Amino acid sequence: MAQPTANATGESTLVGTFRRGLLEENPAFRQMLGLCPMLAVTTAVTNGVGMGMATTFVLVCSGVVVSLLRRVIPRTVRIPAFITIIASFVTLVMMLVKAYMPALDEALGIYLPLIVVNCIVLGRAEMFASKHGPLEAALDGAGMGLGFTFALIAMSSVREILGAGTFLGVRVLPPFVEPMIIMVMPAGGFAVLGFLIAGSVWIEEHPRHRHKVLRKASKPSPSLCAACPINCGVGDPSNEACVKDEFVEMLEAAVEAARKKDEAAQNADEERDA
Amino acid sequence: MAQYASILFSMILVNNFVLVKFLGICPFLGVSKKFDSAVGMGCAVTLVMVLAIAVTWPIQRLLAAWGLEYLQTIAFILVIATLVQLLDMAIKRYLPPLHASLGVFLPLITTNCSVLGVAILTVDEGYSYPQALVAGLGAGLGFLLAMVLFSGVRRRVEEAAPPEAFEGMPITLISAAIVAMSFMGFSGVIDHLFGA
Repeated sequence: MAQPTANATGESTLVGTFRRGLLEENPAFRQMLGLCPMLAVTTAVTNGVGMGMATTFVLVCSGVVVSLLRRVIPRTVRIPAFITIIASFVTLVMMLVKAYMPALDEALGIYLPLIVVNCIVLGRAEMFASKHGPLEAALDGAGMGLGFTFALIAMSSVREILGAGTFLGVRVLPPFVEPMIIMVMPAGGFAVLGFLIAGSVWIEEHPRHRHKVLRKASKPSPSLCAACPINCGVGDPSNEACVKDEFVEMLEAAVEAARKKDEAAQNADEERDA
Repeated sequence: MAQYASILFSMILVNNFVLVKFLGICPFLGVSKKFDSAVGMGCAVTLVMVLAIAVTWPIQRLLAAWGLEYLQTIAFILVIATLVQLLDMAIKRYLPPLHASLGVFLPLITTNCSVLGVAILTVDEGYSYPQALVAGLGAGLGFLLAMVLFSGVRRRVEEAAPPEAFEGMPITLISAAIVAMSFMGFSGVIDHLFGA
């Protein structure tokens, strides 16, 4: 399982930190994170670039802030704290986009505020930024963000060219080629992503196409929600990156104790009745 | 009445959260392998969606009254996360049998984009309180329907032998595309039925 830990590829240089997210640990194609915006906003290349840039901005800023506050935030409440930091930057992005790029705001719609719940952002905050310095966190955020942007561009290029016959709004297909509307419909989103992932697996597995960067990386691991720190113990209990929230554990223990007490009281009642 | 039915069915079929709006893709792909878990996840999402709207709609009104609409995203995500945590503990405490079947799915929902999505969507649409609750119920039932349908499709796909590169996630996504295609047939049906 390709857990995006600090030195997963053995590279500890700053360049390595930045480069990792681009290909080897590409959040969309390799870790299968952030699939909702990946499928939803990729009907046109401009939307893909806009979404990618917005996510990159949130990743870099929240990474730096989480990293700066990593010794201040108590471990037990770190997830709510991270979510608040991320949500603040998402709100900032929403305001900026609404003010300066109203057309993009219209196109992205509710997917812009939903960057808050994008697994990539919270995942990087928990797994990287909270354990490293601000510079490294910023580079990691930029790498992951650009890797995500790259995936969005790849996906939206295919969908826009085939579905509308245009690229960045400029007609590229000859007029006699009828655009395939299905590609910009929801069904096309699932299909294109499926083919792109299959293509990346094929390139990696094929002996003739073996690429030295790709070979270093493991197969794409569909960790999905399990990779989210919040979902620890649900998706994959063996996930080492998972450390269950101590606060939640404490509460759970208290609830469990109360339930046992109830049961004991009930049993005692029943015995007395008998 | 027709208005509520229109909202309910358009949320379930025409604007299906998973297959048309692409919200909640992670659980849709991650938990749909088995029929039982698909139903459990679907029910848990439906419950949380309705409760989340019941709480976030009044909060939105408060924020609007104080001119703090820009805090919407922060307020909603924190409220939903707290709600799910409390719900999980309450069910565990008072309804242990239900917890056994739904409990494992609740933590998965905290950062699920479909719950935050439905809360924001009802605000954007300007629904009244009952309308918003119906929309939440419809979104949840639509999610449940998509999960159940897809778990059936998936069982067949698991037994098939696709080309090596397509094994696992790619073939799952392509079968999801075909299920999504079938849902395209519903567009227009609701407008026609209820004359909305």
